[in-house]
Amino acid sequence: MRGRVWRLVVFVFIVGFTLNLVGIVSHVAVSSLARRWFATPLPGAFTTEWYAYAWHEFQLPQVLTVTATVAASVTALALLLGFPAAYVLARRGFRAKNAVLLLYFLPLLIPQMTYGIPLATSLYRYRIGGTVAGVILANLVPMLPLAIFVLLPFVEQISESLEWAARVHGAGRWQVFRRVVLPLALPGLLTAGLLVLVNTVANFELTFLLSGAGSQTLVVALYYAVFAAGMRPIYSVDAMAVIYMGIVLLILVAALRFVRPTQMVFRLGGK
Amino acid sequence: MRRGGLVVLVLPSVLYLVVMFVYPFGYGVFLSLHPAKGASGASLANYFGFFGDPWQLRTIAVTASIAVPNTIVTVLLALAVAYAMRRGIWAERAITTLLVLPIALGTVLVAEGINGFYGPKGWLNQLLQLAGVADLPRLTHNYTGVMIALFVQHFPFCFLMLLGYISGIDPALESSARVLGARPWVVFRRVMWPLIAPGAAIAFALVFVMNFGVFPSAVLVGQPAGATRTIAIAAYQQAFEHYDMSMASAIAVVMGLCQLLGLAIVVALRGRLAATGVATVGAGKR
Repeated sequence: MRGRVWRLVVFVFIVGFTLNLVGIVSHVAVSSLARRWFATPLPGAFTTEWYAYAWHEFQLPQVLTVTATVAASVTALALLLGFPAAYVLARRGFRAKNAVLLLYFLPLLIPQMTYGIPLATSLYRYRIGGTVAGVILANLVPMLPLAIFVLLPFVEQISESLEWAARVHGAGRWQVFRRVVLPLALPGLLTAGLLVLVNTVANFELTFLLSGAGSQTLVVALYYAVFAAGMRPIYSVDAMAVIYMGIVLLILVAALRFVRPTQMVFRLGGK
Repeated sequence: MRRGGLVVLVLPSVLYLVVMFVYPFGYGVFLSLHPAKGASGASLANYFGFFGDPWQLRTIAVTASIAVPNTIVTVLLALAVAYAMRRGIWAERAITTLLVLPIALGTVLVAEGINGFYGPKGWLNQLLQLAGVADLPRLTHNYTGVMIALFVQHFPFCFLMLLGYISGIDPALESSARVLGARPWVVFRRVMWPLIAPGAAIAFALVFVMNFGVFPSAVLVGQPAGATRTIAIAAYQQAFEHYDMSMASAIAVVMGLCQLLGLAIVVALRGRLAATGVATVGAGKR
């Protein structure tokens, strides 16, 4: 009896929380389509003109170009630098392994605001801060470890005897990599790539600290628009928010084909 | 020789993190000890300045008053729900997918959504009005707003983390306890909790550290000039409004130390928790 009441309480809480989430997200979507909306359950008239307005007023073509450049570069670099590292970590034990793992863990563990300020300070000193390159380099700091930790279990699953078999049959090191390891690691690379992509598009703090006038990504532009609420109609800000949401959801849906939702957060008690 | 050769492949990533993560950290600490004006040698002037200025010092109390209660509520609720869902429930996949949304969408979007939904003219207040509540609560642009934003953001994170951890515990342990006549509470207290405690401690530490670094929510749904002027806002203002990178670094160092202190407390408490545990055999599968 008591157990049943308990389950009911938990169930009601979950329903309440998800309703609150749906409310938060759909309020933004409805508002972006409203001609005018004030203290009524739904707006009186709908319009799509705020999208056109936001597109011009917030310079979205330029912002989206920067976002795509940053996201693509960070993803490519994270995989390029991360895959060899994940391969070695999965295959070999070496003396400094724990220290290296700790080094990979820290940028994921320490909040970006804490290390972002010294990082921004040093990058501005070398005049990289405020540029698109600076945004890419800074975002790579947490994304590289993320890629490595996502790739690690995938590489571990590739049996080493396959590599030995290829070697016995006369394949060179490069051929083994190109013909055996790479094809088998493709699902891992895809998963890691998608997770890095969605995290980079949505990553706020580091991009915010490092971006200047011409190097803002969509989420930073959205922050400034929300921050300066009142400068422009709230409906146009919400239109921009919906565009941002659409992009993130698109990548997220693709990513969720490969991973379970519980894998989107830290693996507790893992390596 | 050959074995050593392969290990070289970790070098690019290690080198990158040393240059872009370790070095800036060291540089930040160095900079914080060399104030922009005044003495040429190392000095603690920035730190004295921070701790001597009530307006700056207050940010620590403000941040703690947000981070500590929020972390406790988040972890307790996530623990309860994850424990209840440990053997799966109806529509689990749909629910967990929905819960990933706020994590993927990020703080800025969630903040904008909260401003609308919980705002003075939002759906929630309209509903309350309909229900006959005369004195409508103010839920955004204050302390409550930040608490809601952080909870919406971190509850799913903590829940998914604990769900993965708890569902990895061997169900046979629980079944044996039940067969031997333990009631649900005793099963939780004597069998499951000792196994869950390490995971719960890590989750608590992670959520606390994230809460303590709160920035976008504190600005967008909070009252950044007053009630929710957190330590991250103070550091940001020094760096990008006063262009005093030295002082900003000092505040960032103080913020990092506060987070470290939180971690240390969790680790110390965790030692206690383990000591009261009875069943530590067959720790979680993962």
